[in-house]
Amino acid sequence: MASGILVVVEHEGGQPKKTAYELLTKARELAAGLGGGVSAVVIGSDSAADLGDYGAEKVYTVSGASYETYGTEAYTAALSAVLDEAQPAVVLAPASAASRDYFPRVAARKGLGMASEVTELSSAGGTVQGKRPVYAGKALVSVSINSTPALYTVRPNSFGAGEAVGGSAEAVAVSVDAVTERSRVVEQVKSSSDVADLTEADRIVSGGRSLKSEDNFKAVIVPLAASISATPGASRAAVDAGYAPHSWQVGQTGKVVNPSLYIACGISGAIQHLAGMRTSKVIVAVNKDAEAPIFQHATYGIVEDLFEVCPELQKAFAEAL
Amino acid sequence: MKIGVCLKQVPATDTRIKINAEGTGIVTDEVKWEVNPYDEFALEAALLLKEAGKASEVVILTVGGSDCEQRIKDGLARGADSAIRMDDASFAGSDALGIARVLAAAATKAEVGLVLCGKQAIDGDSSQVPGMMAELLDWAQVTDISSLELDGETVTTHRAAGAGNKAVIETKLPAVLSCDKGLNTPRFASLRGIMMAKRKKIEVWGAADLGLNDADVGGTAAVLVEQGMSQPPARPAGRMIDGGSVGEKVNELVRLLREEAKVL
Ligand SMILES: Cc1cc2nc3c(=O)[nH]c(=O)nc-3n(C[C@H](O)[C@H](O)[C@H](O)COP(=O)(O)OP(=O)(O)OC[C@H]3O[C@@H](n4cnc5c(N)ncnc54)[C@H](O)[C@@H]3O)c2cc1C
Ligand SMILES: Nc1ncnc2c1ncn2[C@@H]1O[C@H](COP(=O)(O)O)[C@@H](O)[C@H]1O
Repeated sequence: MASGILVVVEHEGGQPKKTAYELLTKARELAAGLGGGVSAVVIGSDSAADLGDYGAEKVYTVSGASYETYGTEAYTAALSAVLDEAQPAVVLAPASAASRDYFPRVAARKGLGMASEVTELSSAGGTVQGKRPVYAGKALVSVSINSTPALYTVRPNSFGAGEAVGGSAEAVAVSVDAVTERSRVVEQVKSSSDVADLTEADRIVSGGRSLKSEDNFKAVIVPLAASISATPGASRAAVDAGYAPHSWQVGQTGKVVNPSLYIACGISGAIQHLAGMRTSKVIVAVNKDAEAPIFQHATYGIVEDLFEVCPELQKAFAEAL
Repeated sequence: MKIGVCLKQVPATDTRIKINAEGTGIVTDEVKWEVNPYDEFALEAALLLKEAGKASEVVILTVGGSDCEQRIKDGLARGADSAIRMDDASFAGSDALGIARVLAAAATKAEVGLVLCGKQAIDGDSSQVPGMMAELLDWAQVTDISSLELDGETVTTHRAAGAGNKAVIETKLPAVLSCDKGLNTPRFASLRGIMMAKRKKIEVWGAADLGLNDADVGGTAAVLVEQGMSQPPARPAGRMIDGGSVGEKVNELVRLLREEAKVL
């Protein structure tokens, strides 16, 4: 019979990402109420790393040349095979570029219910309940899933990563029949920076239309972000004006972010921008207009010219850290 | 080749969302409805392919009630050739998988060779329908695309692969593609387009036309169950840092981030 929680681990070259520890911590807590154990699956590496130390009793691995770069059909087949082998009651995966793509496909293949981007999870009466933002975070909806397993993708930074509990995992290599990938990756274009993805970033510094040029983004926002290892972001107005790339856009038609610190420089705080960053734990707003709506949502606000504040702030961060 | 564009009606992005008294959904009385912004990118991409002579026809596919017709007409006015609205009492309460089953059946019946969707409907924000459709059709898929070129049976797309990285992907048709911002700039309807749209047909297909039943669609088939809506928790009131020079304000901010908020 299906039981327990399976955590999908994303990794870089075999090293689990922060989301893996967040989800293992949550899985342990849920399993305590639900019964059953915690296991993990790693696709594209045969390393169980330290996942056992964080509570995984078994680590299923699917490795080989087909899994080195992400491919929709290879990953769909891999996870489907692991679900057959592991028979979990619940699956938790980080909401990510990859899971956005292959999880719905797995759900359709196996007729499973899937809840995307949940930010809360609890277990009661032997089942898991989730909460997820809808209408760009203007409302929350409670969800449950009537299939076994139940699939959840979890927004990064929703749960803290706990301490290691000590333990070791049994590694189980799962072999998967080869699939023909009808979508072939012919080239990977790496971004020039090596900062965390906006959706996973713990700190973000964003600039608005007020930056006035791409050069100013590079001279003001990028170094300020770098001074606290933050990922740079932008408003749509800044992106549409060509000051920052599309991949930097935060908001309803950009990325939804969930950092512990979000610094908005010269951003008015339009409802569509707030939609993307309202769950940030601490919001700092720098704007020269005291009436700017962003201040209604800020934890700390400074009414000044950003071109004066940002270089000073960068200096103060450099001294403080 | 015919292209199907999946188009959904959603509340405008600047809508103030109010939750109804029962806590089951939103108050829709004052909502201004629009075409889902990501579906506008999908429609524009389809129209550009047709104008480039790479597609013969663009058909809009919508699952929804007659209140969606205004949005469908908007799409027709921008240049789509025809539209099919899938509507049936038995569709009520469908989850994403149910909607995907309806759209996949419609794509098959309409004989389209390429389906373009938005990457996400900005009401439910779930990003599930395109991938589910592709699986149900047993077609290839590429989600979240920001560039698209079609050459014969091969489509080349760019997909956001996380951390600002991009994958360049070649796909053999048929396929389902979901469209992200950056793909193109959607056109507005012209006056002539609006006049021409009046003569374009919106067909309505029900469950029987699509060979679907209770096991496929509606509340009984749904595996994802919504149990009520609530307001997000209010943010605690913030604090303005005033008084003193820019330097003093900045130092106070850094102190607060360290000692009070503990995020440094
Ligand atoms: C369908 C739709 C989707 C959208 N999606 C998004 C989205 O995903 N993300 C998004 O961000 N927006 C989105 N928008 C756009 C949104 O409505 C706003 O237009 C946009 O967020 C404004 O960007 P901004 O704050 O940079 O510019 P503005 O609104 O022009 O604000 C600039 C701010 O900078 C301040 N300022 C100017 N100079 C200085 C200075 N020297 N120092 C300090 N402050 C200064 C001004 O006081 C002002 O508050 C969307 C809109 C629509 C219709
Ligand atoms: N009811 C619907 N009618 C037509 N297309 C839809 C419908 N629901 C979802 N879609 C399509 O699927 C995309 C993703 O939606 P979702 O998976 O709900 O976030 C949308 O951008 C549409 O292109």
